[in-house]
Amino acid sequence: MRTFDYARADTPEAAVAGFAQTGTRFIAGGTNLLDLMKLQIETPTRLVDISRLPLADIEEREDGGLTIGALVPNSDLAADKRVIAKYEMLSRALLAGASGQLRNKATTGGNLLQRTRCNYFYDTAAPCNKRAPGTGCAAIGGFNRIMAVLGTSDHCIASHPSDMAVAMRALDATLVTLRAEGGQRRIPIAEFHLPPGDTPHIETVLQPGELITHIELPPPPAGRQIYRKVRDRASYAFALVSVAGAVSVEDGRIASATLAFGGLGVMPWRDPAVERALIGQAPGSPAFEAAADALLAPAKGHGSNDFKIPLARRTLISCLRHLTGTSL
Amino acid sequence: MSEYQMNEKHAGMALDRGVQGVLGQPISRIDGLAKVTGTATYGLEHRIDNLAYGVAITAPIGKGRVTAIDTEAARRMPGVIDIIAGEASIPRETPVFGQKSAHGYDGKVESYGEIVGVAIADCFEAARAAAMAVVVTCVAEPGRFDIRDGEADAESPPEGALLPDTVIGDIDKAMGEAEVTLDVTYTTPPQVHAAMEPHGTIASWEGDRLTIRAPVQIVGGAIPVIAATLGIVAENIRVLTPYIGGGFGGKTMSADIILAAVAAKRTGRTVKVPLSRQQIFHVTYGRSDTIQRVRLGADRAGKLSAVGQDSLVGQKAGASQFFEPVALGAVALYAGANRSFTTRTAQVNLTARGPVRAPGEAVGMIGMECAMDEMAAKLGLDPIAFRKANEPEVDPSTGSPFSSRRLIECYDEGARRFGWADRRKRREGDWLIGHGMATASRVNFLAKSAARVRLGADGRALIETDMTDLGTGTYTILAQVAGESLGLPIGSVDVHLGDSDFPTGAGSGGSFGAASSASSVALACEDVVVELARRMGADPADMTLKDGHAISGNRRVSLAELVGGSPIEGMGTIQPGSTGQAFSQSTHGAHFAEIGVNAVTGEIRVRRMLAVFDCGRVLNHKTARSQAIGGMIWGIGYALHEHAVVDTRTGAYVNRDLAEYHVPTNADVPQIEAYFVEEIDRHANPVGAKGLGEAGISGAAAVVANAIHDACGVRVRDFPITADKLLEGLPPV
Ligand SMILES: Cc1cc2nc3c(=O)[nH]c(=O)nc-3n(C[C@H](O)[C@H](O)[C@H](O)COP(=O)(O)OP(=O)(O)OC[C@H]3O[C@@H](n4cnc5c(N)ncnc54)[C@H](O)[C@@H]3O)c2cc1C
Ligand code: SF4
Repeated sequence: MRTFDYARADTPEAAVAGFAQTGTRFIAGGTNLLDLMKLQIETPTRLVDISRLPLADIEEREDGGLTIGALVPNSDLAADKRVIAKYEMLSRALLAGASGQLRNKATTGGNLLQRTRCNYFYDTAAPCNKRAPGTGCAAIGGFNRIMAVLGTSDHCIASHPSDMAVAMRALDATLVTLRAEGGQRRIPIAEFHLPPGDTPHIETVLQPGELITHIELPPPPAGRQIYRKVRDRASYAFALVSVAGAVSVEDGRIASATLAFGGLGVMPWRDPAVERALIGQAPGSPAFEAAADALLAPAKGHGSNDFKIPLARRTLISCLRHLTGTSL
Repeated sequence: MSEYQMNEKHAGMALDRGVQGVLGQPISRIDGLAKVTGTATYGLEHRIDNLAYGVAITAPIGKGRVTAIDTEAARRMPGVIDIIAGEASIPRETPVFGQKSAHGYDGKVESYGEIVGVAIADCFEAARAAAMAVVVTCVAEPGRFDIRDGEADAESPPEGALLPDTVIGDIDKAMGEAEVTLDVTYTTPPQVHAAMEPHGTIASWEGDRLTIRAPVQIVGGAIPVIAATLGIVAENIRVLTPYIGGGFGGKTMSADIILAAVAAKRTGRTVKVPLSRQQIFHVTYGRSDTIQRVRLGADRAGKLSAVGQDSLVGQKAGASQFFEPVALGAVALYAGANRSFTTRTAQVNLTARGPVRAPGEAVGMIGMECAMDEMAAKLGLDPIAFRKANEPEVDPSTGSPFSSRRLIECYDEGARRFGWADRRKRREGDWLIGHGMATASRVNFLAKSAARVRLGADGRALIETDMTDLGTGTYTILAQVAGESLGLPIGSVDVHLGDSDFPTGAGSGGSFGAASSASSVALACEDVVVELARRMGADPADMTLKDGHAISGNRRVSLAELVGGSPIEGMGTIQPGSTGQAFSQSTHGAHFAEIGVNAVTGEIRVRRMLAVFDCGRVLNHKTARSQAIGGMIWGIGYALHEHAVVDTRTGAYVNRDLAEYHVPTNADVPQIEAYFVEEIDRHANPVGAKGLGEAGISGAAAVVANAIHDACGVRVRDFPITADKLLEGLPPV
């Protein structure tokens, strides 16, 4: 049997202190980690259970934002009245993910760290640089319908599967962590996830033993909000393409825009060029097409996922129409 | 002992004279409470002391040879009892329906993930870790991982095949002469079973006697295969399978039965071998992909002169002579003098292909019914009118009369209920709304089935047969048949199923289970009724049985009193006979659907579905409806979701779990209705029911496809229909 030690932490400090050994992992809801352990894709020798830490509250901040504990279940976050009122895209993104049962277990911190759904990552007989660095990438030249078209490298084309993280990216969330050696760190979500490059097994800037304790949301962006998830079935399917965003219009011009994308990128994707193409422009097809051009200029299909490029264009334009109240 | 062979129409029986009023009633499953409270024990759930666990060890190549199996490290792991690997006793995969025994390990690999051994340990986790620690070294060879690879030497149906090739007249000539023609190719992908309850076995030996607890849908069919593979006599095998969590054709046999028996023999323990979901994809059989060329030729009025469906399917080399009989539903469906219904089977290196709910029709009616829709549009005819214009008087391929066929009523009743005449293609916000219809047809079978009915001193009846209940409602309908025949309330009938010590029933498969086993129970009840009448001193035909009493003339005597100290036992056996050939027998139906296609993204959402079936006598309106809508929902899956993707570099299924192998979720299932036009089909079997377990899926994927085409104008011929295949045809955003 593959045995591992299990310890339940009572305080965040105790949790990070438990990381002295290598091969240690935190376990929160376990909805991702346990699946991966059963298939021996992750093989920790020690689990530190953080699920009972007092990090399950949502608090209002003085600046009008929210501080969300890393252990707030996805269901609770989606149903929070303040989230629904001010961060509609976040609530919608959460409800678009997984299933009711999974959302009850899944945590805010765990969701940000969930690993790719690349089919070959799950198949220990297949080459995969993310799972087994240096073995190659079976998705390139294979079945890659769900893989990324933005930010890929010759070493890995896996997409980031989270819905919640896409909304967090559009909302400019900041992660607050407790480091293994003690002391807090604040990581803007823009700097949190890493592109695969030639080290696809390194997915975030989190250091071993570093615990996410909170996620801070700044005050909500101006304008209407949206989370649109395009998927193969009505529920319980990862995004082919998703768009999280808010756009405000003043005096017939787009005054502000924040847009992030799921299903397309190797990480929750946001490209300032998209927003630049919109701000100051009159809402309408020329600006929307320009935004789509900006988003998709660097996109590269790998065969079975080529369709994501036109699908993303259509979805983005439709979302922008909705956000600005512009009809065809 | 009442035996009846269906050589002629059955004249009616105690069941028909019954006045209890339970037959046909929408009675909830009598095993429902046990199931929802968890007391219905499924195969893998039995708690047995001192159980050992086995996990299969598999080869990670699609074709080639195993050169070494290193079990050293695995043997040293804690809890490991033994590892059996690289021996001929290890079954490489599940023997398919029609295969006499499992292929034993011989170093060759013919499809991805074949079994090479089993790791046995004190707990499941230890066995799994040991199985994964075994190093299987292979040399891969190029394989045929696509049915097209085997097209050149594809084989025609063997002698005696369920669906022989049917070629009548000259279809090429007729196509040349027809005023309007359609010649299109439809494809459907490989599909897998993946029933809710995974495959798995608990095996134990007592001396030479083997007991198997596993989901086995046709007990009498599995036992000879187990016996032949293990080299033991069938009499020494007992199979217990009282509850099955979905069978659908996928549980006629499974490799884990053999693995568990081998492991139990070797270790002297009772061994449980569950298959993982990923293993189920590769070592149990699925449904072949199909390439279907459909040809239709007609005059301008819509009278067909040419009808053809010629297909290429695949089978694992050396597995079985079973092939997906694509044209089974279409061969007797529409008139037309020139006909071609042929199947070629390509030998491939893919997991064996076996029966999956409605072999033939489930995928074959996609090609035929979508083509009929295309042809109706070409002709400018309403799709129902076009079908009615080609409704045959007799089976157009064999010339035999139909045992019963009320398809026209299904069309009319369905159209009325659905509001077909008032349908309106439209756009609602981003959604393009369209409608479609399609025909359902599923061939009807009867299988030999026996049952024992014993009326006890307490006035309760006990039914015993090794017939199975896959979740379909067998327990309930058999209780209803006995209740109606013997005049007993449902609560006074006990039903024991799925034990090979009982009389051999038909088992569940091919939609023959309900009619065959119900007929055997009805026949067994005949014996009981004759004896009751004798004890009453009455003629059976003049005796009324109701609420546990026999009534004759002015006497009313309780059954318990009539039984007294000597229980009455009846044995009923139904045998198929010449009516099977003399009459063309099928269940028919008409599907209707309303669909939304998202004009921006191409996402497809079914909004409502309705179908009407002509299925003979309905034994229980609730379980019948469940069968019908279950099939219809599966049809949504075949239209929109199911696709076991093969990586043609390795022969492996890429999406081998239920997160990525999509089936419909609740949110994908719309308002859904099923209705029946009833008729007692006396040519089919004594109870007069026709098969319903598979009729619902026949045509159900086609109706979705036809409505998609109506909604957005895109005709997709390669299934499943996913958003990406519609994108190009959608309006600009
Ligand atoms: C079938 C299925 C479908 C799904 N569909 C969707 C979907 O459509 N959209 C979607 O967004 N998601 C989906 N999910 C994923 C789901 O959202 C994630 O599994 C879940 O959010 C992970 O949270 P968790 O608390 O269970 O994480 P765990 O499994 O406990 O942990 C995941 C990882 O995060 C680490 N970790 C957890 N918490 C912390 C912390 N506070 N600090 C540092 N490290 C931490 C763990 O060490 C581990 O490596 C699906 C999952 C499944 C199984
Ligand atoms: S895309 Fe990334 S995760 Fe997938 S096989 Fe390639 S390296 Fe592995």
